[in-house]
Amino acid sequence: MFKNLIRSSKTSMGIFDSNADGVYGLLAEFSNPSTLLHAAADTHQAGYSDYDAHSPFPVHGMDKAMGLGNSNIGYVVILGGATGLALATWLQWWTSQIDYPINISGKPFFAVEPSIPVMFELTILFSAFAAVAAMFAFNGLPRPYNPLFYSEAFTRVTDDGFFLHIAASDAQFDLEKTTEFLKRIGAMSVEVIHDHGVADMGIAPAPAAADTHAATH
Amino acid sequence: MVSLHTEKKTPLAWYAAFGFASSIAGLLLIMIAYLVWNGTGVWGLNNPVGWGWAIVNFVFWVGIGHAGTLISAILFLFRQKWRTSINRAAEAMTLFAVICALVFPGIHVGRIWAAYWMLPIPNQMDMWPQFKSPLLWDVFAVSSYFLVSLVFWYVGLIPDLATLRDRTRKVWRHKVLSFFSMGWTGANRHWRNYEKTYLILAALATPLVLSVHSVVSFDFAVSVVPGWHTTIFPPYFVAGAIFSGFAMVVTLMVISRKVYGIENLITIAHLEKMNIIILVTGTMVGFAYITEFFIAWYSGSQYEFYAFLNRATGPYAWAYWTMMSCNLLFPQFFWIKKLRRSIPFMFVTSIIVNIGMWFERFVITVISLHRDYMPSAWDYYSPTFVDVFTFVGTFGLFLTLFLLFLRWVPMVAIAEVKGVMPEADPHYYDEHHGDGHSGHAAHQVKPGGH
Repeated sequence: MFKNLIRSSKTSMGIFDSNADGVYGLLAEFSNPSTLLHAAADTHQAGYSDYDAHSPFPVHGMDKAMGLGNSNIGYVVILGGATGLALATWLQWWTSQIDYPINISGKPFFAVEPSIPVMFELTILFSAFAAVAAMFAFNGLPRPYNPLFYSEAFTRVTDDGFFLHIAASDAQFDLEKTTEFLKRIGAMSVEVIHDHGVADMGIAPAPAAADTHAATH
Repeated sequence: MVSLHTEKKTPLAWYAAFGFASSIAGLLLIMIAYLVWNGTGVWGLNNPVGWGWAIVNFVFWVGIGHAGTLISAILFLFRQKWRTSINRAAEAMTLFAVICALVFPGIHVGRIWAAYWMLPIPNQMDMWPQFKSPLLWDVFAVSSYFLVSLVFWYVGLIPDLATLRDRTRKVWRHKVLSFFSMGWTGANRHWRNYEKTYLILAALATPLVLSVHSVVSFDFAVSVVPGWHTTIFPPYFVAGAIFSGFAMVVTLMVISRKVYGIENLITIAHLEKMNIIILVTGTMVGFAYITEFFIAWYSGSQYEFYAFLNRATGPYAWAYWTMMSCNLLFPQFFWIKKLRRSIPFMFVTSIIVNIGMWFERFVITVISLHRDYMPSAWDYYSPTFVDVFTFVGTFGLFLTLFLLFLRWVPMVAIAEVKGVMPEADPHYYDEHHGDGHSGHAAHQVKPGGH
């Protein structure tokens, strides 16, 4: 139960476990955002759950194609904003009314009106920090080690490459059948990604990861 | 094309510019050291003019920063796609301008070792900041603004740093970029949260930027000095901030697009749009000047009206009319399309606007203070060389930081520009039946699940 929870939250971050043979998954390259979008929709329909689409920019409609709902960042931001507001109110009230009250021109020790600017600023500040912290947490970033980095082709994902990755941890995953499936839905090339577990991703020129074999058709 | 500038060998001209800028920044450090050693007496402040160039420069720099946030946040919310080519540089400008601004409140206390009193830190004196003071609101507003701008900028940078990471073949560069790009892989599960965060940050930065300059204007408006005590200040300060900030963006963009040969990314059309915003906000600011003057007369308060009469005809009339002509008159030339699209003209005008906006803050601060209620206390204020060189020094600091930015960070938001290209829309391919580099895809377009 608890294990499943961890697994599903890791899946939502795009972090998958490699299988017993050390295979992390299959990485298929597509020609453009459109083919990637349709491929992701097909993968979703075929019942795969542990997969992700990688592109240099967000592709519109991809969340729907992959069957992902709305992002939950907003809830965290509300909490962050409420914390900031409460903290600012408490800070101003406690310091000027309780801890060290000073009578300045007969003004009340604490009043809402002069406290509003600080309340507002801290609400915004905490909301923004909550948003960024939630983004990193929900995305599982920073993630210095990712087996996908072994792929030489994958360096183009931040330039002009469009990739679909089906993880070996998926229940339906089968090296041959999934390769066949990816080719059928329009992959230009399919590559097996091994999880070597070493930090050096090999950015040396030429074939970096010697034992990832590319199967192009 | 954009990445290249951070990868190629540093050009000699960059070193020359950097050496020049950093030596001016060095001047700032010397002036600060001199100030701290001797105390604020080295500035031209006297008694009635207790606020001089330090606050003028502070408001000036904060105002410049606001255009960056406007471009990155407000135009994002309005779905103005043209912003993508300038938002990265404009946000960087925001950060550096706010750093320059923060120098002044930091050093104006004279005894900078006591500057931490501005923050609510538990201390041995058991004292707390005075939360009823607008100056303290400013501390919160500007520091929140800096921090939010910083995370907004960094979040926007992550995919582009990943682009640089994937392009590099140098081990150390790869390590550093891997660290800062946090293992970004462009995963859609990530983009989903990322886009949401970016939207929320834009939505948060928008009221923040409006509040920051409103709070800055409270420094004046909450006091009872004639010429300061007006309710028009918050919107008028915000408009002025956007006005001066856009002028600064134009100045910087005209230079950097030329130097870096990115005229196709930052086009005349982009510059023209910015000039239109300069025209609009300049007219708003000019309208506020006239409204202020009218209300000073209409209010029937003789102190208030005298303050304004004194602005226009008193010993500082030269500053007032400089402000009026630079801010109200010169931007009006942008009604003419030809001038709006002329690079030399917009370059000169953008500099004139920033001179005018500096004088606006000078007019508000100094002219109001130098003659207030008691004629026996009236005096004339002039800056000392320390004032002048400190201000000049902040330009050095600003340029130094900006040059470092141009050298080490992608100056155009790569992922965002790609995202708004027509080729990025999946439907683009449905109509065009394929594209250039997908020759051997078996099933080019297969009807998907939607």
